[in-house]
Parts: sequence; C-alpha cells; structure tokens
Amino acid sequence: MFDFCTDPDLLEGSRWLACYLTTPKHMMFYQSFGVVIALLLVTAPIALFVGFLGALATRSHVAPLRWLGLGYSSIVRGVPDIAFFLFVPLALDQLLEWLRHEVKCPDWDEPIRQGNDFVVCAAAKLPLGSAPQIWHELYGITLAIVAFAFVFGAFASHVLSGAMNAVPRAQLETAEAYGMTRGQVTRRILVPQMWAYALPGLSNLWMILIKATPLLFLLGVEDIVYWARELGGSKTSAYSYPHPDWRLWYFTALLVFYLLMTKLSELAFARLERRFARGQATASGMRQARGGKGGPGAGGSKGATA
Amino acid sequence: MMSCIDTIQAYGLRSIGLGERLLPRSDFTLCDQFVLIGSGMIWNLYFGLGALLLGFWASIGVALMRHAEPWWIRKPADWFVFIFRGSPLFIQFFLFYALFTQLPREGVPINLGFVAFTADTSWLTRAWGGALITLFLNTTAYTGEIFLGALRSVPKGDLEAADAYGFSGWRKFRRITFPTMLRLGWPAYTNEAIFLFHATTLVYFSSFPARQQKGDALYYADYFASKTFNPFIPYPILAMYFIALTLTVVLVYGAAYRRLTRHLPSNRKPRLKIRPQVVR
Repeated sequence: MFDFCTDPDLLEGSRWLACYLTTPKHMMFYQSFGVVIALLLVTAPIALFVGFLGALATRSHVAPLRWLGLGYSSIVRGVPDIAFFLFVPLALDQLLEWLRHEVKCPDWDEPIRQGNDFVVCAAAKLPLGSAPQIWHELYGITLAIVAFAFVFGAFASHVLSGAMNAVPRAQLETAEAYGMTRGQVTRRILVPQMWAYALPGLSNLWMILIKATPLLFLLGVEDIVYWARELGGSKTSAYSYPHPDWRLWYFTALLVFYLLMTKLSELAFARLERRFARGQATASGMRQARGGKGGPGAGGSKGATA
Repeated sequence: MMSCIDTIQAYGLRSIGLGERLLPRSDFTLCDQFVLIGSGMIWNLYFGLGALLLGFWASIGVALMRHAEPWWIRKPADWFVFIFRGSPLFIQFFLFYALFTQLPREGVPINLGFVAFTADTSWLTRAWGGALITLFLNTTAYTGEIFLGALRSVPKGDLEAADAYGFSGWRKFRRITFPTMLRLGWPAYTNEAIFLFHATTLVYFSSFPARQQKGDALYYADYFASKTFNPFIPYPILAMYFIALTLTVVLVYGAAYRRLTRHLPSNRKPRLKIRPQVVR
C-alpha cells in the first residue's frame, strides 16, 4: 500500500503496523465487513416479506394455510436457529440437485442415495463442476441468505401476526361497515396501521439478525470471523509480518464492530418509532398530538417487562 | 448387528466419555442416531442448567447495581450489560477462548501476602469450564436487563405499603421488592431460559474443541449429516429433542409462575405467554 512497505523486515514501530494493516489479506478482511452489511441489507427485506406472508397465512380463512403458517413459525422458534443454518443449505442444495437430476437425466437408473453418498449425474450438479470459482461462492452465499430468510421469516411472521392482532378491532369493523371487502380492509386499514405495533418487535428482530451474522462462518462463507481467525493466528518468521497469537485483538475488534452496529441501530429505531407513533391511538401517539416531544413507544428494544 | 438396547448401553453416555470409544462409522441405524444425539443432549442440559443457576443470582446483583443511585456502582453494570447484549454470543465464545488460551499453561501465581498459590487455568480452555463461564456471563447480562425492567416497574403502592408496615432495608427487599420483581420479570425470563438452551448448541461450533468426539446434540447431528450426507434424519431428531426440552422449560417455569402469582385474585392472574427468542 505505502511505498515504504517494500521490505517488511526493515520496518519498525508505527510504520510496521501501518504496512501490516494494509496487506492485501487485510484488505480482504475489511471487505468482508461490507459483505456482512450487504447480507443484512439483502436478508432483512426478504425475511420481512416471508414473515408478512406467514402472518397473512395465520389469519387466513383456509384452514390448511393457517396450519402451515402457525406450524412454520412455531417449529422454527422451538428449535435452535443454528440447527436450521446447518440444515437448510444442505437440504436445499440436495433438493435442487435432485430436481435438476430428474429433469436433465431421465434415463439414469441408479438410486440417488447409494449407501452414504448422494449421487446425481454430472449435468445436474449445482453449480456445474466446470463453473468458475465465483459462481461457487455466489451459490454458497445465496443458500446462506435463504437459510437466514427462512429462520428470520418465522420470527417476523410471529411479530407481524401479533401486530395485526393489536390493531384495534373497531377500526376493522368500521371499514367493514363502509362496505370494504376483506382484501380492502387488509390493504387499506390493517397493513398501514400495524407497523406502529410491529416496530418494537421488528427492531428487536433486527438486533437478533445483526447478532446472527457471524454464523455465516459456519456456512463456509469467508466472513469477518474467518478472516479474524486467519489473520490473528500466530505467524512464524516464514511470513513477511511475523507475530504471536493476536486472535484476542482481532476478536476484540469484531466485538467493537458489533457493539457499534447495535448501538447505531438502537438510535435509528428510536427515531423511527417516534415517526410511526404519529397519529396512532397509543400513549406515545397521543403525547405527540398534544405537542409534546413524544418518547419512544411502549416497549422498544429495551422493554424487558413485556 | 447390535440391537437397540446394546446401542443404548454402548452410546447412551458416549458424550461424557463412558461406553464405546469409537463412534459408528457406517450402516447408521435410526437407533444409533437417536441414542447418540440424545447422549449429546447431556451437554446441552449441563450448559443450560449451569448457566441458568449461576446466572439467576448474578443477574439479580446486576439489576440491583444498575438500580442503585451512585454512578460508580451503576456504570460498571451498565457497561457489562451493554457489551454482552450488544455483541453476538458467537463472537464472545471466540473472544473468551482466545483469552483463556493466552493464560500461561502452568497456571497463574497468586500472592495474597499471607498465602501464595498457583491458580490452575487449564480447565478454562475446556468447553465444560470456559464455555460455561461465557454462557453464564451472557445470560447474566440478558437476565439482568429483564430484572432491571421488572425492578423499575414494582408498583409504588407496594413499596409505600411496606414502609407503612415498618419494613425497611433487607426485610423490605426480601418480602416485597424481590418477589414482585421476580413475578413481573418471570414471563420474559422464561423466554430467556428457552433461548439459553438453544444457545448451548453454539459451544462446539465456536472455538471450543470437542475432545475425543465428546460433543453436544448438534455436534452429533452434524456428524451424522456429514457422514451419511442425508440431513433429513439427524436434524429432525435434534428438533424433536429440543422441542421436548422447550416444552419442559415452559412447564417448569409455568409451575414456578403459578406459585409466584398464587396470592393474586384469579381475575388478575396474568397468563404466562411464551414467545421464544423474540425478546432477545
């Protein structure tokens, strides 16, 4: 990076540190922070959408759909999320390969499961064995996003269905009295109003999502935990920048990163909560209407006595 | 071919090092998977119960510290809770493991002036010690936050009534503040307990090694999934065990909650609503 970094053996003190912290591997470490944030920004809307569908399903008049919605959110919440992070990518991968196998190699007569192996024809492999490395990585990240969306969709479904139930019943009845159909009531009254009730739960969920991102490491993604272990491990003099075991410092850096993320999110959600409470029939909304400053709504991410 | 009884005898306590040394390597039966994953649950129970038991008392201390007036009592507890609630448990495991392995292998000499001894540190790098401490600190922070919220919402009237009866100091805390705090915080604390048991599956997937393949339930489920390349059997078995565990926690905590609320008139008795994980 800097022009004085050509010979690391001659460097001392702060110059050594400056060169050390700008090696190509460290640059990849810094980029992986971007990967974490990108993953959060991609996963959150997908999970919210899945949760929204799940919440609508639990309110459905069709019984099987209702059972599906309820079962999905209760089973996922009853089992450790890490089990799903290990299960979903593997299961999905096999499902997709099996489907492709059925379509592309119809004349294959051997069974798919042979003893302890899962065998599909070469044309059905995902991604294809000949595909460049980048596709393998993208496929891995996509499976990870699906796993996150699956787990957090169930949480979001629970929060949103609670929020839908919290919208005052009288509001919906009034809409029905005006002759709106069920769909219209949902679109015009229920959905716009539920956000104020859902926000404390959703902000909580966002915090949990942030704190679940290091689990990406378990899915084989080269994330910040991977690089912290890689760079922090002790380096012998065979390396250009030898140092003892510095994992403690690298993980402290990760800890500070996560503390900053959660703190900033907390502040952002407090503002958002004030915005959503405006015009609502809640204590916080009433206070704003009276011209007060309006505190955060009841609960919030710190409301532990729910 | 072993019968299922043989399998239970051989692998029932495998996770704590008793019974057959070698794990099954091929021809995995359903019984093998059930028994070994169940054997791993011993560790999940150990970590969960240990951390809950220690964390309960410590968290009351943390809540009281944060409730105190002087800033020098309040601030350390505030920071403790902020750090442990604001960062992922997964990172905390890595951090503590890195910290514990940095301690000198031969122990830390401690000289208290009148007595000098060497504190053994090797147990901290083992999962049973180090991971338990990490889980304990983590749950203390979360539970401390729950109990602080409960402490702040103890009704003013209750405290005034206690004053009127001439209660003060320890007696007032023991008879009035503490039971009310416990009752108000209990539903959220139930969720925390459920989450803690789920979090115990992280131990052997973070940095703590499973020596001689002595691991927890998820460790064995992952072992079977990677050996058979078929995730559709071991993970549902694991899910069954955890759902049973979650239901047990709900039952036990529900019974405790009924005891805590037994003096309330039946129309004011709140029902214990379980919302696993969403409070965290």
